[in-house]
Amino acid sequence: MPPVEEKRRLQRGVAWLDERLGLASIREFISHKTVPVHSGTLWYYFGGVTLFLFVVQVLTGILLLLYYRPTPGEAYESVQFIMTRVQFGWLIRSIHSWSANLMILAAFIHMFSVVFLRAYRRPRELTWLSGLALLGLALGFGFSGYLLPWNTISYFATKVGTDMAASVPWAGPALARFLRGGEDVGGATLTRFFGFHVAVLPGLATTLIALHLMLVQRHGISSPPWIEKRFTASGGRVPQMPFFPNFFLRELMAWYTALGVLGCLAALLPWELGEKADPFASAPAGIRPEWYFLAPFYTLKLIPSHVWFLEGELLGLAGFGLLALWWVMLPFWATNREGVERTRLVTGAGVLLVAYLATFSLLGYLK
Amino acid sequence: MVNERRGFIGWLLGGGVVASVGSFLYPVAKFVNPPAVPEAVVDEVGAGKAQDFKVNSGKIVKFGSKPVLLIRSGETEWKAFSAVCTHLNCTVQYKEDAHVIWCACHNGMYDLNGAVVSGPPPKPLDEYVVRLRGEEVFVSRRA
Amino acid sequence: MTRVLHRRAGLSPRGASAPHVGVVAKAGSGAEAPRGLKPALLLFLALGLGPAALAKDSCIECHAALAADLQKPALVFSKDVHSQHGFSCVDCHGGDRNADDPSGAMDPARGYKGKPARKTVPQLCARCHSDIALMRRYNPRERVDQYAEYQTSMHGKRIAEGDEAAATCIDCHSVHDIRAVKDPLSPVHPLRLPETCARCHADAVHMARYKIPTNQFAEYRQSVHWEALARRGDLSAPSCASCHGNHGATPPQVSSVAAVCGSCHAMMADLYDKSMHHDVFASMNLGGCVVCHGNHGVKMPSTAMLAGPASVCKQCHDADSAEGQVAAGMAAQIAKLDASLKSSDDVLGLAARSGMEVSEAVLKLRDGREALVKARVATHTLDPAAVQKATDAGLAVAAETRHAGESALKERDFRRLGLIFALVAIALTMAGLWLLIRSIEGARPPVAETGRR
Repeated sequence: MPPVEEKRRLQRGVAWLDERLGLASIREFISHKTVPVHSGTLWYYFGGVTLFLFVVQVLTGILLLLYYRPTPGEAYESVQFIMTRVQFGWLIRSIHSWSANLMILAAFIHMFSVVFLRAYRRPRELTWLSGLALLGLALGFGFSGYLLPWNTISYFATKVGTDMAASVPWAGPALARFLRGGEDVGGATLTRFFGFHVAVLPGLATTLIALHLMLVQRHGISSPPWIEKRFTASGGRVPQMPFFPNFFLRELMAWYTALGVLGCLAALLPWELGEKADPFASAPAGIRPEWYFLAPFYTLKLIPSHVWFLEGELLGLAGFGLLALWWVMLPFWATNREGVERTRLVTGAGVLLVAYLATFSLLGYLK
Repeated sequence: MVNERRGFIGWLLGGGVVASVGSFLYPVAKFVNPPAVPEAVVDEVGAGKAQDFKVNSGKIVKFGSKPVLLIRSGETEWKAFSAVCTHLNCTVQYKEDAHVIWCACHNGMYDLNGAVVSGPPPKPLDEYVVRLRGEEVFVSRRA
Repeated sequence: MTRVLHRRAGLSPRGASAPHVGVVAKAGSGAEAPRGLKPALLLFLALGLGPAALAKDSCIECHAALAADLQKPALVFSKDVHSQHGFSCVDCHGGDRNADDPSGAMDPARGYKGKPARKTVPQLCARCHSDIALMRRYNPRERVDQYAEYQTSMHGKRIAEGDEAAATCIDCHSVHDIRAVKDPLSPVHPLRLPETCARCHADAVHMARYKIPTNQFAEYRQSVHWEALARRGDLSAPSCASCHGNHGATPPQVSSVAAVCGSCHAMMADLYDKSMHHDVFASMNLGGCVVCHGNHGVKMPSTAMLAGPASVCKQCHDADSAEGQVAAGMAAQIAKLDASLKSSDDVLGLAARSGMEVSEAVLKLRDGREALVKARVATHTLDPAAVQKATDAGLAVAAETRHAGESALKERDFRRLGLIFALVAIALTMAGLWLLIRSIEGARPPVAETGRR
């Protein structure tokens, strides 16, 4: 078919869809979406990378669902089956495990870039809140998914994690019972965590992602205040590039890079199977959670068992709770009552938090 | 010249996309195709037909990754134990003449309840459950 | 003898926890002969005077206040198993535990015997420990033939001959702090027994007059049995008493050595009995297993025992004789299997370290190791064909597992190739995207002059 005719056919097809789906208004909207161009533009990719990795998780997760069995008698064996018997099962499973870690890393980078580039300012407070909720969900995904292979390290990591939940005052034991589906970590826990991991959390995440993205579209992408000042002072605007196709093509490059990294990790450092969980065996020496929980884990290890009259662990958990709450409320204390930005406070807090997380995660890994 | 360049980019991009997407979709397509052995090993293992076992005989059966000793001690009596000796992990066997489970390594002996009768083993053998479904014998872990 | 006594009323130092079955020499019972302890004891038991007879024990009270050797028994006696069953000093030494003054407490008229002569110690212990009616009250399954055994032993015979240096009950079991055999602190607990025997038997000065070697303990400590016992804590591992007996300790006769070893190593003993060596060694009055394996310093056996400079076959056979060749042949077969298994292990290890799943093959390799053990056991038949049978089975397993390992490595290489292909495709796409961006934008990213935010 000559190219001119081909093009006309394509246009007719698009018009057919447009009449029914209203594509034209979407295209109109997208054509106006822009992304600021400045020295910090690099950081704008991380939100998209996090989203991309989430999509990778959903897709590989669905594939794993074709073979995984969520009971203590079969979970480990089904994962072993996937790793050894299913064609490319090793690839899908390793990508799922590595992408989980990369997604959480990307989410943290995204969050800290928002802090340091001050994208949480009015009117983007809800975007910040929904983003933090998504980070919490991502950690929940990580925690629930970790148990599913039912190996020694999963079992004991879950035991330690739910034990910590139990030490929350007043609601602790009920919370632990809710998480475990009983008094101990067992088959009921596995069923429950599976349900959280494949149904509850994805549902919540989808809703929050939709909200988060809708808010980003509504408010546009923010520029850091010092960049804004530089341009508005001379009466101009911060330079922008069209989202489509310019930024999007670059975003595609970032996504492809992520895919390349995932492929290398999966092929060269495949995720291990471990040993099947034995609830009656004692916890292996040096048990520790995944890296994203290492900082609080190591902190708790350092706190003495009793500080004054309070139990050390309780104090630690209370500390984390307060820290989390304070951090969640960041947009609200980042600006004082007169509307002046507490820039140095926010930067300092951000730097301290990064330093704390990085140092303690490293220490937790080495010790 | 711009057209040529555009053409080259088109080919490069098109080729790259097709190749990369292909390298993603090929494993996925293979993955969803169930493998030859469609079941993962489970809590229960089939050990064969009942009539293939003589009364007062024992056979080693593979249970996942561990050996299990299946003994037909009577017409309708079946026993199964972990075949790993609790002394130094040698594989035990059933001695028909003496009706004991014996370990050749250091002469350890267990009775038909898995308890240690003589020799160096410090602990009894773990027992497994034997069920018959029709003519088939199945060995499974204790609950 | 005058001693300063600290008069103490009330309970004895060891408290009122144990039933107090002591002999109380009642006033006016001087008609009882000093050696009438046993009937008195039985009388006491019969009267059922248990805890009612509170723990007045003047022996402990006084001796605890003395010094050195006279004090020690009083201090340690509470740990003694006899004390825990309600016995006291007077049950062996006689005397009156209710009398506070030494002349009363240590009155020969009240049965006081003082420190028993060494050669009478076994009989003293046997008075109770050979009496089944008595022992039954404390432990119905307790053996009562120790003294009878002892009298047949070397120690017993020498004591009877008047040799004071030979071992009696108290040399092994200790005297005032005797503990149950199961108690890890007892000198005759399986983990401590060899050291107890060695106290005399490794002492060159002590053993000089008997003209027997004193290197047994040193040798035993090099052995695989000691390693199992002391380092792995395997209480079933043999020590001195397992082969020599305990109360009836005597070196085993040459003819019975193999029976002793065979009580655990049944397979080897069985094969040995059926082999040519059995009759040959018997006719030469050689002790079976110990000819090749030694007696006290039994080391982990290996093919080095069959052929090479450390070969034990050399004791009788030349290396180039027919028998020597058989031994070398068996050693070669076993070495071949060992090497084959090791190479499988290496391949599987490499595959596992590269991240491949080879746990099933690693497990199968265990069967190969079992075949190796069987091959080593089969050497006792002196028949190369038997060894061959075992090594063939093992070699099959080794080949199968090596194949599995090599397949895993091939799969690993395939994956890496696939990765390279995917990376190249990704790189091409990235290059294409980059060029597309450049062609759309020119050299710099465009800046939209207007645009709704």
